[in-house]
Amino acid sequence: MSQHPVLTAEELAKIIHLIHQQYGYDFSNYARASLERRVLRCMQQAGLKTTYELKYSLINDKSFFDWFLQSLTVNVTEMFRDPIFYRDLREKVLPKLATYPVIKIWHAGCATGEEVFSMAILLAEAGLLERSRLYATDLNPANLEQARQGIIPLQQMKAYTDNYMQAGGKNAFSSYYTALYDHVIIRKEFRTNIVLAQHNLAVDQVFNEFQLICCRNVLIYFDRELQNRVFQLFHDSLSPLGYLAIGTKESIQTADVRTQFETISLPTRIYRRKQ
Amino acid sequence: MKATHDIGIVVIGGSAGSIPVITDVLQSLPKPFSGTVILVVHRSKNTPSELYKLFLNIDESLLVCEPNDKDPVRSGYVYLAPQNYHLLIESDETFSLDYSEPVHYSRPSIDVTFESVARVYTNRVTAILLSGANRDGADGLERILLTGGAGIIQEPATADYPAMPQAAAEQNPGVRILTPDQIKTYLQTILQPIEK
Repeated sequence: MSQHPVLTAEELAKIIHLIHQQYGYDFSNYARASLERRVLRCMQQAGLKTTYELKYSLINDKSFFDWFLQSLTVNVTEMFRDPIFYRDLREKVLPKLATYPVIKIWHAGCATGEEVFSMAILLAEAGLLERSRLYATDLNPANLEQARQGIIPLQQMKAYTDNYMQAGGKNAFSSYYTALYDHVIIRKEFRTNIVLAQHNLAVDQVFNEFQLICCRNVLIYFDRELQNRVFQLFHDSLSPLGYLAIGTKESIQTADVRTQFETISLPTRIYRRKQ
Repeated sequence: MKATHDIGIVVIGGSAGSIPVITDVLQSLPKPFSGTVILVVHRSKNTPSELYKLFLNIDESLLVCEPNDKDPVRSGYVYLAPQNYHLLIESDETFSLDYSEPVHYSRPSIDVTFESVARVYTNRVTAILLSGANRDGADGLERILLTGGAGIIQEPATADYPAMPQAAAEQNPGVRILTPDQIKTYLQTILQPIEK
């Protein structure tokens, strides 16, 4: 009972080309192994047996494409994922950010916003939230809409509470949200300073200057060429001495701009732009 | 560094009850060896895990690491799939990480890595599925066998948790069923020692 039809590299390239031509989303520099797996997964879920059927649906059915885009992009995220990362932020980064009159932070590839909410809570506990602006961007409008609502399934909250406590959180985590049936909603005061906008790291440009950019577990979906572009974009979007945080298994070492950064914490991949 | 196009790729999947077997297998490997070993072991996701250090301590000449995204697959190394990511291989023989939904409640998932390795290395792969309590790995072993690789499961009677190898054996009549000692002997034929 093999669940997996095979997708050749040529077929995948044709699908990428079609999506780019018709809808403007460019996946050509995405890491192929993961993208291929997700296209196959979409085909299974939609009951499509051949790439011909997939192309037919993509060409003729905009609502199918919207669903496909949502399923193709990885929208998995957590609050306080990698608790030690948040501990490092609290101890090594926030005291420096506190010296700015206005703190601007960019969450690039924010998915449904859980990391942005975590950052807002961290800033609030440091007394910095009121003068912070959190710009949260994603490729996918459906993600942004969900982030705007601030609603999270209740069943996740136990794991998030554990993460929060491991991150050194001192308050009752439940004071940050209101539970309603099987969901929770993040309290409004932790969402008012969040600005949500669509931004595509593969093609879009610098849009502001930031003291901290968080882009964790997004670069793994890109090939080296696109990673290099995005690192350059981050460099150009940071103020001098601004911070960059990437995923704990991601690497800046192959990027042209690597020499423009110093390492603040290698295990949690926090870097700082040089002057 | 030797390219991996002419050497064996061994990918080992394990869950509950597999760590003593993996430790034993790694201990028995020639050091240094020619070939690559990739381990996918289920573990809890947000508690910092030091599993690779445990394997590292087996023998200081054993090269064990958790790959970063885009690291090349090298001969002579034992790679451990990082906690809380799926581990994939690109066609240019570099590692690629993926943080998408768990498969069989697992991330890393054995199926995901087996399928990816099968695609890139086809008939040069030996996949081994050890003790575990769920059914991760059964679909992956099917891909391995379909692309001409060798599939092995730990003899369920020797496994602390036989469900996982059992499920794979039921789905894949073509797998070999070996005890841990037989697995060690088998691997010594694939991972050849290198003269220092």
